[in-house]
Formats: sequence, C-alpha cells, structure tokens
Amino acid sequence: MANKRKANTRGSATKVPVMPERTTLVSMYHAMQRIRRFEQTAEEMFKSARMRGALHFYTGEEASGVGVCSALRKDDYITSTHRGHGHCIAKGGKLNKMMAELFGRVTGYCGGKGGSMHIADLDLGILGANGIVGAGIPIAAGAALGSKLRGEDTVTVAFFGDGAGPTGAFHEGVNFAAVRNLPVIFVCENNQYGMATNVRDSNAGESIAGRGVAYGIPGEIIDGNDVFAVYEAATKAVNRARAGEGPTLLETLTYRHKGHTVHDMAKYRTKKELEEWLEKDPIHRFRNAVLETGEIDQKTFDEIDRDVEAEIEAAVEFAEASPYPSIDTIEQGVYAD
Amino acid sequence: MAIDTTTTREILYNKALNEALDEEIARDDAVFVLGEEIGVWGGAYKVTEGLLEKWGDTRVIDTPISEALIAGAAVGASISGSRPVAEFMYQDFMGIAMDQIVNQAAKNRYMFGGKAELPITFRAAYGAGTGNAAQHTQSLEAWFTHVPGLKVVTPSDPYDAKGLLKASIRDNNVVCFFEHKSLYGMRGEVPEGEYVVPLGEAAIKREGEHATVVSWGRQVQNALKAGENLSAEGIEIEVVDLRTLYPLDVDAITGSVAKTNRAMVVHEAVKFGGFGGEITAQIQEYAFDYLDAPIKRLGALHSPVPFAEPLETASIPGVESIEEGVRELLRGV
Repeated sequence: MANKRKANTRGSATKVPVMPERTTLVSMYHAMQRIRRFEQTAEEMFKSARMRGALHFYTGEEASGVGVCSALRKDDYITSTHRGHGHCIAKGGKLNKMMAELFGRVTGYCGGKGGSMHIADLDLGILGANGIVGAGIPIAAGAALGSKLRGEDTVTVAFFGDGAGPTGAFHEGVNFAAVRNLPVIFVCENNQYGMATNVRDSNAGESIAGRGVAYGIPGEIIDGNDVFAVYEAATKAVNRARAGEGPTLLETLTYRHKGHTVHDMAKYRTKKELEEWLEKDPIHRFRNAVLETGEIDQKTFDEIDRDVEAEIEAAVEFAEASPYPSIDTIEQGVYAD
Repeated sequence: MAIDTTTTREILYNKALNEALDEEIARDDAVFVLGEEIGVWGGAYKVTEGLLEKWGDTRVIDTPISEALIAGAAVGASISGSRPVAEFMYQDFMGIAMDQIVNQAAKNRYMFGGKAELPITFRAAYGAGTGNAAQHTQSLEAWFTHVPGLKVVTPSDPYDAKGLLKASIRDNNVVCFFEHKSLYGMRGEVPEGEYVVPLGEAAIKREGEHATVVSWGRQVQNALKAGENLSAEGIEIEVVDLRTLYPLDVDAITGSVAKTNRAMVVHEAVKFGGFGGEITAQIQEYAFDYLDAPIKRLGALHSPVPFAEPLETASIPGVESIEEGVRELLRGV
C-alpha cells in the first residue's frame, strides 16, 4: 500500500544534500548502529524472559532521531515518546544506564522506577520519554518558553509520532509556540501507524507538516529514512529557532520495522509493504551512500560495529550484575525535600 | 508565626495573593506567572492585577485558552530551570489539563529516579456560593490529594493566603493551590513585612473543649461563625484549619480530638468520596481511643452544584448546618 504522502525530492537519498563533515558522519553512523543494536539486544533479552515490561522499538526510524539530534547542541532539550530509545541514544544517552533501566535495576537512568517509557537525562537535555501520546508537545513548548524567558539560546525539539497528530496537546502546544515565536522544532515521525491504525485513518488532511500553514510556521515533509535530508532540514529549523525566528514543524516519513510493541506481530500490514520499507533501511542507505563517496571505508565501519558490540555486551553485563532497587525505597523520590 | 500588630493592615484575600506573587517575582528571577487573562485583564478575580504593567511580558505570560498547554508549559519550563506559577481560571477547568498535572507534573520526579525538580505552583479558584452553576463551582480537592507527587493547599483567610502562596512558590514540588472564590473579597489582617506560612501545618483557629471541627477553605469561616453562635449556648468548639491537605498535619487533628473527644469534618466538596473520609479514617486509625461519639461528616449533597440560589445554598454546608451538626455530635446522634 503506497502512502499518499510523498517525500519531496529535496529529501531523497538519490540526491545527497550537503554531505556533513567526516566526524559528523562517523557519529551519525555510530548513533544509528547503537540504537539498532541496543533494541535488537533488548528484544532478545525480552524474548528470553530476562526482561519484562513494555518495549516499543524504533528500529527502522533511526535516521530521524539521529538526523535531528546531530543538529543539536548538548544543552538543547528534547521531549520524547513511548518509542523513545532512539531519541535518547541519539542525544547521547548512555547504553549501560539505559539497559539497566530496561532491566529495572537500581543503576538505571531512573533507578529502576521508570522503565523503557520514562528514561530521562537532564544533563543531556533529555526531558523524558513519555507514556502519554502527545504529552511531550506542550512540555517542549514550555521548555522553549523557559529558555526564552531565562535569556538562554537553547532550543527544544518535540519528537512525536503520527499518532499524536490528532491530540489536543498537539494543537495547544504548536499554537502557543507559534503565537509566542518560541525556539522549538516539532518533529512528527510519521511511521505510518499508531498501533494498528494507519495514518490516513487518524489524521485528516494531506500531511501533518501541511498544518504549518495554519499556524503560520514553516512545515516540511522529509524522507525520514535519509539521515542527510533530516539533518539538513533540522539544521535549518534549529538555526531558525536559535535566531529567534520561531518554531518549525517537520514531518519525517519513516516506518517501524517491528510491531507497536514487542508483543505485536503487526498483521495489519502487508508483507509487501514491509519489504518495500526494509529496502529503504536507513542504516544500509547510509553505508551505501558514504562508502560510495569514500568518506568512511569498510574497515572503519567494521571498527565502529565492533565498538558498538562491545558497548552493548558491557551494558547487558552491567545491567544484569546490578541489583533491583530496595523495597524500602518505594516511597522515596516522590517529593523533593 | 505571630502577627506584628504594629505593622499590620487589613487587605483583601485577592490582594494578599497579589502581594505574594509580586514579592516572589521580585525575590527570584526564575519565577514567572502564566495563565488565561492574567495579564491585560488582571486575572478573573484580579489576583494578578497590575503585575503585567510592573513586570512586563517576560514574567507575566498571557496564554490562549489552552489548559493542557498551561500545565505542560509549566512542566517544561520548571524542569529546565524556571519556577512557574500557573493559574487556572477555575478549578473546574483543570480537568482539561489533568494529564499534564497527574501524569507529567506529579510523576516526572519519581519516574526519572528522583532526579528531576519541578517547582510548580498550580493556582485555581474553586468553590460554590457565587451562582456560577455546575461547571464553575466545584470543590475537587480530593482528586489532587489522591495523586502522589502533588501537594495540596487551600487557605481560609488573607493572612494564610499570602503566607502559604509564598511558601508554595518556594517549595521545590508541585503544589496545587486552591483559592475559594467566595473568599477573594474577604478582608483580614496581613503584616506589612515578609512572612511565610509553612506547608503541612494546620492552625487552630478557635479553641474549644467540647468538639473538634476540622475544615479548610471557606468552610473554616463558616465554622468560626458557628463557633461564636454555639458559644452563646455554652458549646465551645475547636476549629482546626488544615490549610494544607497534603502533606496532612495529622498531629494537629489527633491532638485536638484527644482534647475534645468528639470530631466533625466539614467540607464543601461532595460528601461521598470527599477528603472528609480520609480525615475520618485518620482519626479512627490514630485517635480512636479518644472518641466518645462517632465522627460526623458534613459535605455537599450528591448532585452537581445547582444554579438557583436557594438550592445552591442548601446543597452545601453553611453556618446553620454546622451548628446543627455540632449539636447532633454532642447528643451522640
């Protein structure tokens, strides 16, 4: 089933936009590979009953989060979603603390009290993954408002899915940001499905980015599986926000390779559709494009892959060796002193 | 905290709140206020009047009619370093923002492993007696006391209004600060100088030996009037103004019950499922041996607040029903 939303040609991988410098390329690949392998490993852990809870995989969408976060500074903020592992890793999240959190261990990002859907690292500007669809959008507007009121030049990115497009929170957050000209970038990662509901059955209009017109802000549809296109659009939006020119609404067209959760076999979509999107796998596309230019050679890719494997292995060991939080801490951390 | 009478003047409840906001904006650069019609209009009940003119639009933010945004913006701004005071024009409107208040503001600190700090004050007008009908008159404080991560405050007079609001703004937690709209026009003594009323401390607003009346908000004033009337009959009630519903000052309640041996809870919220049930249970758990009679509860009837004045008045506790309640309590009815 072809999607009615067509990526514009500027976002196509066949016409590579400006190739970022080599260090950026290396960090982009490193981040995408860390996300992919982290989630594949988490899935193995879950299926072998070493891990429990809800897991929503970002697999297939890596170029979106990495492209956007590559355009951010460390002190910039992001709000994330229930499908948030990728955003967290792209913003610099530590794999051992993330893995430990997925295992519910005291060494995890949230001391084992949050789990997959609530990872936050305020030192990295990660204001939290979020279990409520759309809820990060007003929070991002608030963080951007705070930056502006405090006279800081930080910007905020609100990541959300097509499933958040119909929420009231989307309208309230984007409208306010536009009215107040806030330094925020709204990134709708349109992975085509909210659980089993196709985007065309949940969101009216030709596109979500098209709503930018209604709010008087730029809206752009991007090939979300092309990290260069995402990076270019995000850089433009970030520069705009930092210059005080207001918010931008980006819609990255992408696809989740897995089901909604680790339990979901995704029988509501066709094998053909999945295969077409697997052909557009963002990591493979990146490798092919970069190998062609010679900016990174095969040997370097292999080295990065080995580094990632070692990091993942260490993360699992770290997590499994860590204890659960103590029962007598259940009521701790609810209130500040 | 004793009031210095040499420097005390009488001001209105809404003016006391206004002074608290003004002084806290001056005291801390991180403080700002946001909400609907709080700037140019000055707030539906004039609590923020004059603040926009004085402090400008970097400290006083008029928002569109977007309650989820108001609460969400407070979350985002606070977690990134600001200290927002967000106003909901009516407590009834907080339903629209409930996800941001309950799932985000209240839980972020805990979910993030106790690391995040969200110093937010959510202010809202509540309560009946104004003829505003069912969607502008509710007393929903129990909803908020039920959510770990929130503190709940409701002052009953101008002195407490100012001191508690200043304490709420300085608190590093999410505080739901509820202002009874029938009290905005109440005049009372407020010191000229700086003072703070700590959260979590109840106040004995009237001493008495025959029965304890536990209440909060506007019903404290009704209980105090009832106390005067009952005194003429030789009945002396002790009025415990909780001031903060969470964290609850259980010792103040049980201490008074130990003295009077009889207790009644009065609130304007619907009786069934109201916070009075919690007070009753706390007394039973921690002061049962002191009781000489079953605990009595007064609350609103089980209906939305009706518009017609005689019905509205009859649907909620008032001075007379408190007096009658106390007499029944003493008769052991």
